[in-house]
Amino acid sequence: MPDTAIERAARSTPPAVANRLKGLSDRGLAMLFVAPTIVLLLAINIFPLIWTIYLSFTNYRVNRPNRDVDFVGLRNYERILNDADIWLTMQATAHFLIWTIVLQVLIGFTLAYLINKKFKGNDLWTTIIVLPMMLSPAVVGNFWTFLYQPQIGLFNYVVGFLTGADPSSFSMIGEVSLAPWSIIIVDTWMWTPFVMLICLAGLRSIPDSIYEAAECDRASKWRQFWTITIPMVLPFLMLAVLFRGIENFKMFDLVVQLTGGGPGSTTELTSVNLKREAFEKWRTGYASAYAVILFVTIFGLASIYVKALNKVKER
Amino acid sequence: MRHNFMKSVAAAGMLAGAVAVSSTSSAQAEDLTLCWAAWDPANALVELSKDFEAKSGHKMKFEFVPWPNFADRMLNELNSGGKLCDLMIGDSQWIGGSAENGHYVKLNDFFKKEGIDMADFIPATVTGYAEWPKGTPNYWALPAFGDVVGWTYRKDWFARPELQAEFKQKYGRDLDAPKSLEELKQVAEFFQGREIDGKKVYGASIYTERGSEGITMGVTNALYNYGFQYGNPDKPYELEGFVNSEQAAKGLEFYKSLYDCCTPPGSSDWYMSENIDAYKSGQVAMQMNFAFIWPGVEADPNVGGGKSGYFPNPAGPGGHFAQLGGQGISVVAYSDKQDAALEYIKWFAQPEVQQKWWKAGGYSALRAVVEDPGFATSQPYAQTFLDSMAIVKDFWAEPSYASLLLAMQSRVHNYVVAGQGTAKEALDGLVKDWDEVFEDEGKK
Repeated sequence: MPDTAIERAARSTPPAVANRLKGLSDRGLAMLFVAPTIVLLLAINIFPLIWTIYLSFTNYRVNRPNRDVDFVGLRNYERILNDADIWLTMQATAHFLIWTIVLQVLIGFTLAYLINKKFKGNDLWTTIIVLPMMLSPAVVGNFWTFLYQPQIGLFNYVVGFLTGADPSSFSMIGEVSLAPWSIIIVDTWMWTPFVMLICLAGLRSIPDSIYEAAECDRASKWRQFWTITIPMVLPFLMLAVLFRGIENFKMFDLVVQLTGGGPGSTTELTSVNLKREAFEKWRTGYASAYAVILFVTIFGLASIYVKALNKVKER
Repeated sequence: MRHNFMKSVAAAGMLAGAVAVSSTSSAQAEDLTLCWAAWDPANALVELSKDFEAKSGHKMKFEFVPWPNFADRMLNELNSGGKLCDLMIGDSQWIGGSAENGHYVKLNDFFKKEGIDMADFIPATVTGYAEWPKGTPNYWALPAFGDVVGWTYRKDWFARPELQAEFKQKYGRDLDAPKSLEELKQVAEFFQGREIDGKKVYGASIYTERGSEGITMGVTNALYNYGFQYGNPDKPYELEGFVNSEQAAKGLEFYKSLYDCCTPPGSSDWYMSENIDAYKSGQVAMQMNFAFIWPGVEADPNVGGGKSGYFPNPAGPGGHFAQLGGQGISVVAYSDKQDAALEYIKWFAQPEVQQKWWKAGGYSALRAVVEDPGFATSQPYAQTFLDSMAIVKDFWAEPSYASLLLAMQSRVHNYVVAGQGTAKEALDGLVKDWDEVFEDEGKK
């Protein structure tokens, strides 16, 4: 009977090493190998989290090293939760999150559905469509600022051409009612291809035999779409929503480039607001409490969502 | 024999001297890094510093960061005790925090030793750029670049007979550089939407930027002149009734009315560079901007060479002030090359270097330069610079200036650009925010 790989490895282990490892169980050995990763994880993930939680109960400011650090209890949390301006940034974030996801899912799925049909130039169109997501957000932000320019911007010109309005009569990034939509439009332009790719993967994973069986049963295209396509693509769609949700909850670069949070605080999303508190006002304790609140919110929402996703996959 | 002996001693002495000089200069030759904002004056300083390199043997390196990121980048550097910068030309508002947090080297002993007297500099620049606490002889910087908010206008447009006649008929006075804020608004209204040389133009470009300090640096020029004060002059940090006085609210309303009536569309987030672009491209008749841009305006083929005029921030019903800009040069406390950095400051403080600095496009704060009889006529904008420097007022320079600034940015932008609430509500909110900052600091 030939040797197994384990037996060969055991025989080739030098006696000195073998003696040192003698007495170590399989579990002990596994722990030994995993230990470096665990230590790294503790050092760069868990410790900062615990430290942030600790700081959130203090008045610490990282730019004032000479000042005494006082324990302030729940004061930072109270201030944040009672601050009307922070609730406004939460609302702005929710508005941005909901509309970008709705638009990206609708357009992304539609594009994927169209691209999935076999036609000439299919690959070329796919490449063209995914181009925006390959660009740097800083570049995208900058050139959309020009597109939105009321006097020379192409966006305003096109809107003016289609509606008859004077292109310089409105400012996408300067008006309270339009500014939130300006960032939604850019994010949708940039990230819809990502949703499209995930949906395309979902559509291509559906075996043709299912549609053929449906055809034999004389199911209409409409019925096939709702009873085969949608249910089978749904887990992929939900995954795309999860990715875009997490990404957009921490949206920063596009907003800073496009509107800087303005006009007023209309587009100041939570991540922009948090950065101002932490690294411009240097209120480290306060910003830590803010970060903990956001962490709990995202973690809670993501957990609920992942459970729902698992249920859909089990069906 | 004696002659030979003397020759030998002299030769030995010269040799020893030469060895000493060469060993001294090789021991002291350093690579110094100077940190500042990326703008025209910084380029002028690069040229000027070649003289220092030649004379001292030190090599100069420069780290320039664009204005919108300047404070973020450099304050991060200072707060982390970084050694990137040996010399820092930091903004005037940083002086309190940098002094109290030990970022800058105190320069009193150095000034005394080198005979550098702060009385030789424009008083407002000493208070604004060098002193902390304000009004005390504790110096943390040498005034390096005097700057102030002023106005540039299209003199060639103002001089057109048909516009002159129309303006006179409408307002009963000549179309000229405005003397009051009310006149400024009238001129801006006059130009708003007008067609000049077949192109639609607008009244004025003003500071509205939201992210860093823009709108605050703009709105204060209206607030000060309507009666806004940073607090009770007799009781520090008492803000109620001073920051949000009735007059201050009127000043804020004025700035909003100027923004609403007379600025180009899409100018909701404009600061120095956007205003320059709008002016140079012939979009606006007037622009608000710091004086540093004036040499560039004069040299511009479209608007320079006599086509532009300059005037100080106009007076208002509550006084005549202008927002101070500018910076002092400091030695960073974390630098390992402080001696060489001090040498640079000593070199820079010399009257002949300051004279060259002015000629190169830098605004010297040395009185010997600006009080020279030929100064006022040396450039078309020199007199306006002098007049403006005589009326300056600065924002808070407290260690917590960033919190104070961001609160003002938010409150003012919300009212002026986003049109939310009233001027009084915006200033009441500002008092609340600033009170909270001072309470956190233990100053209230």
